[in-house]
Amino acid sequence: MQATHTAGHAGDHHHDDHAHYPSGWKRWVTTTNHKDIGSMYLWFSFVMFLVGGAMSLIIRAELFSPGLQYVSPEFYNQMLTLHALIMVFGAIMPAFVGFANWMIPMMIGASDMAFARMNNWSFWLLPPAAILLTVSIFVPGGAAGTGWTLYPPLSVQMGIGMDMTIFAVHILGMSSIMGSINIVTTILNLRTPGMTLMKMPLFCWTWLVTGFLLIASMPILAGAVTMLLTDRHFGTTFFNAAGGGDPVLFQHIFWFFGHPEVYIIALPAFGVVSHVIPAFSRKHLFGYTSMVYAIAAIGLISFFVWAHHMYVTGIPLTGQLYFMYATMLIAVPTGVKVFNWVTTMWRGSLTFETPMLFALGFLVLFTIGGLTGLVLAMTAVDIQLQDTYYVVAHFHYVMVAGALFSAYSGLYFWLPKWTGHMYNEGLGKLHFWLSIIFFNIAFFPQHFLGLAGMPRRIPDYSQQFADFNVVSSVGAFGFGLSQLLVLIVVFQAVKGGAKADSRPWDGAHGLEWTVPSPAPYHTFEDPPAFDAAEAHA
Amino acid sequence: MNPELSPVGSTTADSRPRVGSNVRIASILVIVVVGSLLFVAAQPRLYRAFCEWTGLYDIDRAEQVAVSSLPGRPVTLEFDANSHDGGLLFRPQTNSLAVKTGEIVHVIYRVENTRDSTVIGQAVPSYGPQHAGGYVKKLECFCFKQQTFAPHEVREMDVVFLIDPKLPDDVATLTLSYTFFEVPAGGAKALATSAEVRT
Ligand SMILES: [Cu+2]
Repeated sequence: MQATHTAGHAGDHHHDDHAHYPSGWKRWVTTTNHKDIGSMYLWFSFVMFLVGGAMSLIIRAELFSPGLQYVSPEFYNQMLTLHALIMVFGAIMPAFVGFANWMIPMMIGASDMAFARMNNWSFWLLPPAAILLTVSIFVPGGAAGTGWTLYPPLSVQMGIGMDMTIFAVHILGMSSIMGSINIVTTILNLRTPGMTLMKMPLFCWTWLVTGFLLIASMPILAGAVTMLLTDRHFGTTFFNAAGGGDPVLFQHIFWFFGHPEVYIIALPAFGVVSHVIPAFSRKHLFGYTSMVYAIAAIGLISFFVWAHHMYVTGIPLTGQLYFMYATMLIAVPTGVKVFNWVTTMWRGSLTFETPMLFALGFLVLFTIGGLTGLVLAMTAVDIQLQDTYYVVAHFHYVMVAGALFSAYSGLYFWLPKWTGHMYNEGLGKLHFWLSIIFFNIAFFPQHFLGLAGMPRRIPDYSQQFADFNVVSSVGAFGFGLSQLLVLIVVFQAVKGGAKADSRPWDGAHGLEWTVPSPAPYHTFEDPPAFDAAEAHA
Repeated sequence: MNPELSPVGSTTADSRPRVGSNVRIASILVIVVVGSLLFVAAQPRLYRAFCEWTGLYDIDRAEQVAVSSLPGRPVTLEFDANSHDGGLLFRPQTNSLAVKTGEIVHVIYRVENTRDSTVIGQAVPSYGPQHAGGYVKKLECFCFKQQTFAPHEVREMDVVFLIDPKLPDDVATLTLSYTFFEVPAGGAKALATSAEVRT
């Protein structure tokens, strides 16, 4: 099975492993190969991760002690806005699109994505957007300082940096929509014979639902920022009460996009973990069918809970109650997933290589983040905690310990397949332990700060918050520095190391492990045979 | 044909579990995108329709909303106006009104700038008795922002408010008084113009 095309079609020039691509930089600009594009997405997202991370360290340096030390309040606001936009749209989302590009065709036995040329365009839209965002710091008035939510009236009043942010969001939206159309079409249409939807690897399922979420929600965000743009320059008053509009309308539209966005980030993370945990438990995933229904349920409900971000905007009591209960409902399918992951490990023969460590870190910390989310879902509590550091702690547990740890889990899991070499296990484990320890030092105290009433998005704070902020800043710098380890690990694995088998993890199953490591430039030019017994392992 | 340019799988006759051609699926997804765009374009109208239907944020119905909780009772309103410097002539069009609590009241104040120069001013309200101030719910008021008056300009300005029906029973007469203060250097914008005023 493993050598389907290498052995079977060695004489056929169309199917051979020798890539026919231009050399040098031209290869990367013109490539339509899903593996090349996947790698570019991953590198891009890592660069953006470092840029956004540097910004967060500016924030944490300023917050190390009360008073204003290093930056002006305006610049502080720009840093926290760009940090959020870059991390969400530049780092986490492209990272999982990178995984999708690399792995989905190999998981379903397709030779490439459905629209290979469009795939290239969706990637190359990202760098201009990233440049617009970062260059906006240097224009008069600076970058957008509104927070990533871009609420009017502030976003209507800001300088040209706001327009650059709006255009960047347009471009990023276009890229995401094109990428999603590609991924959804690939998953629906290019699966190898015999692989029905319910026998498809779970990562593909999470991306199928994520793709639909993106296709439905990104145009909503694009529309919202377009209305901001016309309010700013063309005299419309969508969000201006003086002209008959309502700034609260923006919040409704933004969060109608914004909440599904949370699951756009979380679902692929769930998908990666659903591959790693079974592999290192040496068992099949427990409750595959319930996992699929849980993914679909989460995707669907995520469109009907948006106003839980708006409890203090004056929505009526009935509305508050509805959004509270609907939000809590999401805990049910999410709980099903956590239950299934834990049950997968039950009586498995577990080993704790780096991918598994990150998956377990994800499992524990994401669950904490989910529980604080439930606390925030309660209207009465949220009115107290709205815009405090409790919220900051909550979403960093979901975004960093959830999505980022899952991405690391996937990176270490598939790195041998991509590079053909085993990574340095010792460094990988060190990276994990430093990450999880410093992460908790950085973010756990923020729960206490929020409960004590420290507001977010303000560069100064009152004396009684000083100690926890020192702890948090120390943790943030430790976390930031330990992320450089992953760069060493990846460079080492690219350059050399122990040869990786086609299936370097004895518990891993699926078509992607039947091709040699490193994966040849072209794989599955002819659909491979699919063994249903191997499905969703 | 360059295999990299053609949609994958379109030339091979394999037996993949297809839903339709790639292009057909993509077209359906594009329709979803367009539907989403239309949906967001319709939001301002839908939002307004929803708010009108439910009565949320509806200023015209504020009267009914306020009255629905407590019955209105008669109260006398007196209006007063002062100017902190002699430059502005400032007085209300009505000196007193008999209204019911919960009713929307609309009063016009008249201002005349008697100087040959531009004046920037801001009206500051005060109430008698003082504790009644919290029951005056202003919907619109010229006192919300600074006003710039051209030389010898005459302007009529509105204040729209209602008296909260929870107004304590011992308040039978409520005085709303405004004092216009000239702003010497109010905010960045006023700086330039006030420099002219001084010369
Ligand atoms: Cu939400």
